[in-house]
Amino acid sequence: MKAYKNHTSVAALMNRSNVDTDQIIPKQFLKKVERTGFGIHLFHDWRFLDDGSENPEFELNKPAFKGAKILVAGDNFGCGSSREHAPWAIEDFGFNTVISTSYADIFYSNCFKNGILPIRVSKDELAALMAEIEANEGVEFTVDLPAQTVTTPGGIVINIEVDPFRKQSLIEGADDISWTLKHEGKITEFEAKNKQQFPWLWTEAN
Amino acid sequence: MKKTMYEKIWDSHLVHEPENGTPILYIDRHLMHEVTSPQAFEGLKIQQRPVRNKHSILATMDHCVPTVDRHLPIKDPIAAKQIQTMADNCEEHDLLIYDMDNANNGVIHIVVPEHGFIHPGMTAVCGDSHTATHGAFGALAFGIGTSEVEHVMATQTLQQKKSKTMLVSVEGKLSQFSTAKDIALAVIGKIGTAGGTGHVIEFAGSAIRDLTMEGRMTLCNMAIEGGARAGLIAPDQTTFDYIEGKEFAPKGDHWAAALAYWKSLPTDDGAKFDTIVELVAEDIAPQVTWGTSPEQVSPVTANVPSPTDFDDVIKSSACKGALSYMGITAGAPITDIKIDLVFVGSCTNGRIEDFRAIAEMTKGKKVSAAVQAIAVPGSYLVKEQAEKEGLDKILMDAGWEWREPGCSMCLAMNGDQLKEGQRSASTSNRNFEGRQGKGGRTHLVSPAMAAAAAIEGHFVDIRNWA
Repeated sequence: MKAYKNHTSVAALMNRSNVDTDQIIPKQFLKKVERTGFGIHLFHDWRFLDDGSENPEFELNKPAFKGAKILVAGDNFGCGSSREHAPWAIEDFGFNTVISTSYADIFYSNCFKNGILPIRVSKDELAALMAEIEANEGVEFTVDLPAQTVTTPGGIVINIEVDPFRKQSLIEGADDISWTLKHEGKITEFEAKNKQQFPWLWTEAN
Repeated sequence: MKKTMYEKIWDSHLVHEPENGTPILYIDRHLMHEVTSPQAFEGLKIQQRPVRNKHSILATMDHCVPTVDRHLPIKDPIAAKQIQTMADNCEEHDLLIYDMDNANNGVIHIVVPEHGFIHPGMTAVCGDSHTATHGAFGALAFGIGTSEVEHVMATQTLQQKKSKTMLVSVEGKLSQFSTAKDIALAVIGKIGTAGGTGHVIEFAGSAIRDLTMEGRMTLCNMAIEGGARAGLIAPDQTTFDYIEGKEFAPKGDHWAAALAYWKSLPTDDGAKFDTIVELVAEDIAPQVTWGTSPEQVSPVTANVPSPTDFDDVIKSSACKGALSYMGITAGAPITDIKIDLVFVGSCTNGRIEDFRAIAEMTKGKKVSAAVQAIAVPGSYLVKEQAEKEGLDKILMDAGWEWREPGCSMCLAMNGDQLKEGQRSASTSNRNFEGRQGKGGRTHLVSPAMAAAAAIEGHFVDIRNWA
């Protein structure tokens, strides 16, 4: 996983609530067996017209938002399916930060596995960030993960709440499996006890 | 200390709680399908990591499989490759798979309980949000992403944070025309699609205890649509009777030991939940979603709401957007909404009693000439049982299509889909924009409501319908 670096980047505004993973990456693009190349399909049904051209009405197609790394969106972002294709598409498109008031649990957890920082803010903070983007499309926000802050040219300072372990993993670009396997002895110990206590879980079907 | 069922299962699966890190939770069962696993197997290969416990895994093919002309090769080459990749991965790692041609094939969340692979007190995961289904057995079951699928294969554990707990209590007796699906939709209507975020929901109360295992699975299946990671129902005699004798059920002495353990799982009297929600079963009318989120739901007797009915600005604007996408008018009776297609199936409502319900509603009637009605059994075992009972004949005589099993039009990955502007009454779980096909309009309902809509060509209140 790519390490998360501090950055100052364009913040794109998507003022919609309950953006579900079917919108983030529609199902027709879930058939690939690779982990890469999903960015071109991000928000496909909203982003493109039937003839394949960009839909000028769709907010992320605004020229001011080109190259944005920060996505600011409404409540309950990423609800629905567990598909990790959603964060893969978001990351591949170029975003590494999402800001919303809330996220669906699976999506939230999937972000951290893919170098994306999902930031939870209050309703008032979200409204202020959205207002600043609306007043000045193309505005750049600064994210400092070690210091846990988002700052804006308009003077907004937001403290990011993030689990210290997940924060460290993002900063290091660490591999979760390697970390868990450091505790393999504990897993083996657990399994030995489990076999005694619940032997029926360990027999094959008869 | 008094514990909830969730806390008991959590405690019994906690491998390690490091001081600086996330708790490590042991995973007993790992369910798989073709869409969310290939990249996980690739990850294992790159790191040269083995599968830690292959007996914990049961795989199927369901999302991309055709429900017609099953004997022919899959037309979509990318889908065909994904199916082949699943088969290859299972062969390479010697994993149990009910592939497309297997007599046990079907939708993962239908197939797994059919074989007794899930027991009370287990932890179970799948790269699929509807893994919540298996909470019906009193198992902690939840959806995970593909990175976590790889993590579970490599370590048999997950890094997990403990969830909050929500008790959803439904006391009373459901009317004969309301079902587990209507309870699920009514709960989501009440708490919203983010209401359960960060929580595991335990469903309790007399109306829940009265549900069959099929009904309990329908209800827990939709816990995720209320934002909860998992749903749980205390195991009882209904649960034990369902599991006993199945292929992967404990046998002989193990059965008695397992039973004693399972009976210790229900939440202790006086245990504390973080949130409590109460519903009265008698108040739950047949439900119909009118919008593009499962929380946009009303009783069938209601009129389509107006954006001005919502005080919350976000809900109001979401209503406006939904009415425009759905092509319906505020104030119109829901029973006036005309339907083009009816889909009965999915991991939510693809079980035997769902097909009994639609056959019962359909008997002696005909599907409206304006409606295409599709019945997709959740598995070959469901299909076989339905055919043994003659349900397929009743349905086909009335004009239903009787298909091969699969996820089909629930998410429309396999080619079964709505056309732009088409409107469905669907027994599936999500009415998101484009879920059943780009521009398609989905109304979520129970199987009985779907069948009545198929016959009349519009929604009807089945409580006053003959």
